[in-house]
Amino acid sequence: MIQAARTLDTYGLLCPVPIMKTASAIREIAVGEVLEVLADDPQILEDMPAWCASNGHALLDTIEDGEEYKLFVKKVK
Amino acid sequence: MSKPVKAVGLLSGGLDSTIAAAMLMRQGIEIQGLTFYTGFCVVEHNRRSKTRKRKKPVRNEALQAGAKLDLPVEMIDISGPDYLKVLTDPKYGYGKTVNPCIDCRIFMFRRARQYMDEIGAQFMFTGEVLGQRPMSQRRQPMNVIDRDAELDGLLLRPLSAKRLPPTVAEEKGWVDREQLGDIQGRSRQKQMEMAEEYGIEDYPSPAGGCCYLTDANFGRRILDFFEYEGKENLTMDDVMLLKIGRHFRVKPDVKVVMGREEGENKFLERYAPGRWRLETKDVTGPTTLVEGHPTDDDLRQIAGMTVRYAGSKADPDTPVACRYEETERILEPAPVEESVVEEWRI
Repeated sequence: MIQAARTLDTYGLLCPVPIMKTASAIREIAVGEVLEVLADDPQILEDMPAWCASNGHALLDTIEDGEEYKLFVKKVK
Repeated sequence: MSKPVKAVGLLSGGLDSTIAAAMLMRQGIEIQGLTFYTGFCVVEHNRRSKTRKRKKPVRNEALQAGAKLDLPVEMIDISGPDYLKVLTDPKYGYGKTVNPCIDCRIFMFRRARQYMDEIGAQFMFTGEVLGQRPMSQRRQPMNVIDRDAELDGLLLRPLSAKRLPPTVAEEKGWVDREQLGDIQGRSRQKQMEMAEEYGIEDYPSPAGGCCYLTDANFGRRILDFFEYEGKENLTMDDVMLLKIGRHFRVKPDVKVVMGREEGENKFLERYAPGRWRLETKDVTGPTTLVEGHPTDDDLRQIAGMTVRYAGSKADPDTPVACRYEETERILEPAPVEESVVEEWRI
């Protein structure tokens, strides 16, 4: 089980807003820590891997539960 | 070893800005991508509201370009009252529709310059090509934009650089002008050749028309809003609704927005609080929102219109649920002639 330092709730928000909020939230955790992002916009499944790849963070896991998603992003730098 | 020169690149993820970034990376420039969320991007809106099956997933191209080129991308939300003033009161006017392209560029470039200073970058660049777009990418407007955005020569346009006066980045030797482009005009042939040279594949088809403000239908709706509701009252929620569904002006103070498919209906549900919401009972049909102050007769006619657009599944007398906040009543729809519907259509 991945231990998150912080959880970001983006339920009800549509991309790219959850991505912009992720970018803000990741600044507030330490390198090596994990941010858990809760979302219900399926577009995040496209956008989060690309955002992590471009910004050098690691998407550790994505859990889909019906129309809800949990994404675990590790701050790498 | 000296620190690499850093530049902020305005990255849409389209072919031109991706190539511009690749050109500068090849010259050893460290790049920070920057993309703006305005609320007017057609692709972004379609990603949010459409459920029709697509051949390919609709992606955020700026993020995809960042991932492909291995460069970081910052997304900044500029939607809001300040940006809306660009739309409602543009100093340099509109293009063919209600597109204030010059003022929009000035707004974005000012914000980009501010971001450039915040992160300690030395210059900024775009993928703009001289003569590619009629309003903002001609020489004279480019000069106006650079002046009003107070760029002080810090904006490089790598694809057309040799056709433009040298910028600070070239004068200081941060980039080699000889290796920059001399592209002009609307053809994308040269860019496609360069994409091949740089190994850039899978880029979005060059199209333009990616902004609602250049869309004629959206333009009509905005002008209707300005006339009946006052441009000073425009909010981002209004903008979201203006982009979606069918629109009808029933009376000066009554407007209808109707979903055209399941995705739009779901999208409209988010905006139901504070508005009347009509839906056919027992049969699938559009979600209809009513803004303003409809009378009972208005609501019955709008119910009739809702039934009309529910298609063959609904009889003309299919009951319509009409909700406002916590209250619900069932309306018998009044018949509405096609000619009346057309008269109301915005």
